[in-house]
Amino acid sequence: MNEKTEKLIDKKGIRLDGRKADELRPVKLEVGVLPNADGSAYIEHGKNKILVGVFGPREVHPKHLSRPDRMVIRCRYHMAPFSVPERKSPAPSRREVELGKVIKESLEPALFTELYPRTGLDVFIEVLQADGGTRCASITAAALAIADSGIPMRDLVVACAAGKVEDTVVVDLYDAEDKLGAADVPVAYMPNLNAVTLLQMDGTLSPDEFEKAVSMAMDGCKKIYALQKEALKTKYMNVKEEIKEENEE
Amino acid sequence: MSSLITKVRQKQIGQTVDTGKRLDGRSLNEYREIKIEQGLIEKAEGSARILLGKTQVLVGVKVGTGEPFPDTPNEGVMTVNAELVPLASPTFEPGPPDENSIELARIVDRGIRESKAIDTEKLVIEPGKKVFVVFVDVYVLNHDGNLIDASALAAVSALLNTKMPNYEIKDGEVKIKQGYTPLPLRSRPITITIGKINDKLIVDPWLEEEQVMDARISMAINDEGNICAVQKGLSGYFTPQQIIEASKLAQEKATQLRKTLKW
Repeated sequence: MNEKTEKLIDKKGIRLDGRKADELRPVKLEVGVLPNADGSAYIEHGKNKILVGVFGPREVHPKHLSRPDRMVIRCRYHMAPFSVPERKSPAPSRREVELGKVIKESLEPALFTELYPRTGLDVFIEVLQADGGTRCASITAAALAIADSGIPMRDLVVACAAGKVEDTVVVDLYDAEDKLGAADVPVAYMPNLNAVTLLQMDGTLSPDEFEKAVSMAMDGCKKIYALQKEALKTKYMNVKEEIKEENEE
Repeated sequence: MSSLITKVRQKQIGQTVDTGKRLDGRSLNEYREIKIEQGLIEKAEGSARILLGKTQVLVGVKVGTGEPFPDTPNEGVMTVNAELVPLASPTFEPGPPDENSIELARIVDRGIRESKAIDTEKLVIEPGKKVFVVFVDVYVLNHDGNLIDASALAAVSALLNTKMPNYEIKDGEVKIKQGYTPLPLRSRPITITIGKINDKLIVDPWLEEEQVMDARISMAINDEGNICAVQKGLSGYFTPQQIIEASKLAQEKATQLRKTLKW
């Protein structure tokens, strides 16, 4: 309870971890990190470390879950027992089931599910370390992993949160701000289509603050979107280098 | 959870919404008739049954004692669970809760929790050791669409109807005394769900509309008109403009629905 006496944001508008209100944590993205998966991506968003592997489109098991007119998407969001200060039981919690569902629904608008009838796409998300905003970082990485698997997409999906700490609307909350702050608004967004595919909120905001938080989160999304595209390009730059080296030998 | 709906019916629903009307005669921002009945389960500390059109949800509240969470030693505990009972729909099956019932429970939970509707600090018997635990159980009895709003409204009605047992501490033991006091409540959050069909926003979607709509957004609004929980659902999207529009619509409808509560 001592934490509560410490201010989350000081008079100059600097947050506890040294950031300004509209400043994101450092984001590092890498694509094609798992040899066995059809597509994969790794994200470090601040202290969050998340690995995503994608399998499919492939046969659905159990079979009755398949749909004759489209591909079904399944998404498992899971936190490693060592990802949080107190050991988390590896059994899926209600929170993880809900997050799997909303993450799946945030990715689906980007996919042409009707192109792959009777198949399934499995998205496996493993949170190796959590520090607030894992659902957003998971979506950013999962969209990259799907792109990496090579199936067509309408756009990349990118996610970022905004919220309120000490009466100020700030972007990209980390763990302490999430727990002690007044509200948290995660947003997933497809910038090219101007479409919001995930929107949640807890805490209390006035309608104006809510509007501001959503627009700030979308600005954050746009910044991460540039990094996503860069990560995809980097993968193929590396492939190009490798081919060049092979030819020189 | 989806049952079959013919393409021709889907088209019909879409076309009707395009003209600003709905197949059951409602306008786009009109709720079905709401009937609430409180206290019909005598053995529960609180209960309420809601009829939202043909959608029927029963919520029972049980109050027990237990340990507080280690990080909130001075607060009582509230939990929400939802059961999609198999008798409520041909598409519901017996078995452990699936993602739909977990999501429903968590949306109802968030509305009550984030609006701080229950004054949990008044539920403490012995700080850090013993507190009252409020179990809110949502029982869906007939599914005809918009389970979220029906369940949230029934849950708040049931909490308004909840009586806490009186107690005294004798030799370090908690003894339940005769008589009851009402559950300490601070707010009456109302959850409004808005669906999107053909880029038009509708409130209170019924079952067939739910099978046609692209996406939904649920917003919990507290007494002051502030937003205290949001959940977007289904595999479609909203434009930023539609979100602002939905938030205004939710404000307006929440004020209207709050009047149906017996306070």
